Amino acid sequence: MKKVAWALALFFTIPVTAMAGEDVVNTITSNKEAIDLLQGNLNYVWTLIAACLVFFMQAGFAMVESGFTRAKSAVNIMMKNLMDFSMGSIAFWAIGFGLMFGTSGTGWFGTDGFFLSGWEGPDGDQWVLAFWMFQCVFAATAATIVSGAVAERTKFSGYLIYSIVLCAFIYPVFGSWAWGSLLNGGGWLEGLGFIDFAGSTVVHSIGGWAALAGAIVSGPRLGKYGKNGEVRAIPGHNIPMAAIGVFILWLGWFGFNPGSTTTGDSSIAMIFVTTNLSAAAGAICAMFTSWIMFKKPDIGMSLNGALAGLVGITAGCANVSPSSAIIIGAISGVLVVLSVVTIDKMHIDDPVGAISVHGVCGAWGTLAAGLFNMGGTNVKIITTQLIGIGAAFVWAFGAAFILFKVIDMTIGLRISKEDEMMGVDITEHGAHAYNDFQTLN
Amino acid sequence: MKKIEAIIKPFKLDDLKEGLGELGITGMTISEVKGFGRQKGHTEIYRGAEYVVDFIPKIKMETVVKDDMVDIVIDKILSSVNTGSIGDGKIFVIPIERICRIRTGETDNDAI
Repeated sequence: MKKVAWALALFFTIPVTAMAGEDVVNTITSNKEAIDLLQGNLNYVWTLIAACLVFFMQAGFAMVESGFTRAKSAVNIMMKNLMDFSMGSIAFWAIGFGLMFGTSGTGWFGTDGFFLSGWEGPDGDQWVLAFWMFQCVFAATAATIVSGAVAERTKFSGYLIYSIVLCAFIYPVFGSWAWGSLLNGGGWLEGLGFIDFAGSTVVHSIGGWAALAGAIVSGPRLGKYGKNGEVRAIPGHNIPMAAIGVFILWLGWFGFNPGSTTTGDSSIAMIFVTTNLSAAAGAICAMFTSWIMFKKPDIGMSLNGALAGLVGITAGCANVSPSSAIIIGAISGVLVVLSVVTIDKMHIDDPVGAISVHGVCGAWGTLAAGLFNMGGTNVKIITTQLIGIGAAFVWAFGAAFILFKVIDMTIGLRISKEDEMMGVDITEHGAHAYNDFQTLN
Repeated sequence: MKKIEAIIKPFKLDDLKEGLGELGITGMTISEVKGFGRQKGHTEIYRGAEYVVDFIPKIKMETVVKDDMVDIVIDKILSSVNTGSIGDGKIFVIPIERICRIRTGETDNDAI
């Protein structure tokens, strides 16, 4: 007991004597410097925690996509999600980050900062690393959206090439137009006053329109449409897994939207609330829409509805009120169900609804960010939003369509009929997702 | 010796097991099977598109009894699993040539 008391006494006296030794005079300037340093550190911590949450969305996407497709394709979906993040990280490090955030003379793309050359070493400013990490998980989110839309019927090697090109080129070029000035760049679209706080257009529409191109070029799965054009269902093999995937994505969005402040301050509270309310309204409205249209509250549509609400609020999460967020989410929820049904009728086979959730609701969310702007709205704001939506479609759909066509003509995009019936897991990876279980269908 | 094979609705398995237990039947084998009869499957909805499930999940129960038990067992099955609705299933009776209990080597009626 005596020893402990001595240790405690020693412990408390050392700092006191040390401080007494220094002649510290706190001035207003030194206090401000200390506060700024603390705020700067908080920004690092918040941005990197948010990056973790956005990274976790990869798990959500993997689960939603494999849950909504057949058991014979689950290995392939997991591999695609693992590899688009891994390959995408390297591609974004080498090329994408520089194109997106490097110095831009023209407003069309950045020209420096490749291979993270903006980093000044361990003794210099570290912000570029934190910022890169946060932007890297965003690039991978855009890439992984396509994986579900082309599921069960495409070559793995073709997908790898796609994910490199998207993260190195397609996503960063558009990103530089809208977000370049967040670091060293500056794009023509943000110059017009385009509002897209966390990426309804920059991330989700870009991924969604690339998914549309991929689904069109690869064509529908065997048996998806009958001889007379009737739409056939190909039920997913694990709905509980898809549902948990949606919960994980919802959680991840609390990094995606509030994290886009890259600042640890009180503004993140409202963004949390708008994000959550929109997702809730999206799920509810998608459920009622499916209930009215199909006589039953459909689980797949309701899950898509939650995601639709999240995508829809992503652009305006920082500049619309919580009550506007409910309206934005509610409309997203209705829109996603109508869009899934319409796209199916157009014979574009999107097993997970990625085009509707990310492309269509991303476009709606971007328009809504202008319509419900708390600072007021006018024709100029709406026009700018529409220009951004249009530019995203033309660029992402156009570039991805050419990319998928080139892949199709060179190494091939679609697997053979026999391989598709056997399942991509066995033919592309030589593996089963569920050993010891017989997989029908 | 006869084998009684009954294809029934899965949720009726407990009723069947209990009913046959009351008759002193000491063993049975069940399997999860899929099939269709006059019912011809049913339709389900997935993400807005209707589809037909051709092969509906059923339970197949097999048990072997002495000849004089056959009618009693059939009556018991009927009374315990009948719901009166389509898809209740069928009972098949099949003659058995020989039985052998592996542990003791007992044969035929002694081995039931």
